[in-house]
Amino acid sequence: MISFSFSAVPLDCPALQRELNDPRAGGFVCFEGWVRNHNEGHDVTKLEYEAFEALAIKEADRIITEAVNQFGVLRASCVHRVGSLAIGDVAVWVGVSSVHRDEAFKACRYIIDEVKHRLPIWKKEYYVNGDSGWVNCERCAEVTHNHDHEHHHHNKDS
Amino acid sequence: MIHAPLYGLVLAGGASRRMQVDKAAIEYEGQTQLQRAFNLLSVVCSKTFVSVRADQVNDSTRIAYSQIVDRHTDLGPLAGIAAAQATHSNAAWLIMACDLPFINAQTLQYLIDHRDAEQMATAFRSTHDNLPEPLCTIWEPSSVAVVRNWIGIGQKCPRKLLINSSIALLEQPQSNALDNINTPAEHLEALKILQSRPLNINVQYFALFREQAGKRDELIVSVATSPALLYTELQQRYGFTLEMKQLKVAINNEFSEWNAALKQNDRVAFIPPVAGG
Repeated sequence: MISFSFSAVPLDCPALQRELNDPRAGGFVCFEGWVRNHNEGHDVTKLEYEAFEALAIKEADRIITEAVNQFGVLRASCVHRVGSLAIGDVAVWVGVSSVHRDEAFKACRYIIDEVKHRLPIWKKEYYVNGDSGWVNCERCAEVTHNHDHEHHHHNKDS
Repeated sequence: MIHAPLYGLVLAGGASRRMQVDKAAIEYEGQTQLQRAFNLLSVVCSKTFVSVRADQVNDSTRIAYSQIVDRHTDLGPLAGIAAAQATHSNAAWLIMACDLPFINAQTLQYLIDHRDAEQMATAFRSTHDNLPEPLCTIWEPSSVAVVRNWIGIGQKCPRKLLINSSIALLEQPQSNALDNINTPAEHLEALKILQSRPLNINVQYFALFREQAGKRDELIVSVATSPALLYTELQQRYGFTLEMKQLKVAINNEFSEWNAALKQNDRVAFIPPVAGG
């Protein structure tokens, strides 16, 4: 079972986890990306996420299918927020259930990494000083999304 | 007197750095520039070839043509001229760049009608600076040794060679016929002149583009034939700050190549650097 969706309202994480229940599963791994109150020395007050949903949903289904096929997990899902988010809100949720823990950790890590790099989702940061900007477009504009290594600036623990 | 037979060569090996896409493959009215140039030369030359670098032999745009492979590297168009002359040294060569969207049969026929086989070359005078235009020129067999010597002394520029040689220099019958295109903006201008059937394209704007365009989507009537040209046009219109190389593009909700052919009523979205998660 694979699924990806966007949500314009706060995520009900326990409900998302219940959907991955499976009697064959010996474990469950989850990653939550949270909105952090600072980024690269700036105090962040809130975030806005915007997505090209029609394309993002297709690409996300490809990512989750890749993870399930590559690591042999039972179930995987991912939900990403759009709209205005406050400090501490869950911006993205990834959950994987599987027979053993190793493939669950790996599949979860794969999904969040690919989601960050491949999905057409954009983040606008608002700062204490009243400034704002689109991350990777106006802030750190030399960094493009089409690369293999990790971004060096995240405003969450992701 | 009997002239040497006239063979044609299309120069299509350029690196196209400023164009950002392969110049030979860009299209006007459904034909690649390479195809247009090859067809024009085929009408007036007894044999026609395409000049390629060694790494372009199996390239999909070029593979279908009779090729002449460069024997020098880093020599630009002069490598193509030298390779053609080495392959058929007793022929005269009408050697033409592929990136001349306004070249036509009348201009080539005029060049041939006014060919002076007593000189080493027959060329047109540039309408921009009155100097010879080397990339639509007939090179007689008598130029073979001159070209070889020119390369031998470390020179690369065929134009400088023509300036320093005794050649027949003609006025162009049509003033813009030899204008070439080097940038997406120049390509777009050429399409506006050549193409009479613009497309209706639905463009979606996200994130920074939405803010800079001041709208989420719009219907654009455009002569652009590819997403790359459409972006060039919209960048001119809205002053988009992102460079094409930072972006991806989608047509009808799926990722696409920048030089894909746009069709009537396509939905196009330009994708700024992403920041999900």
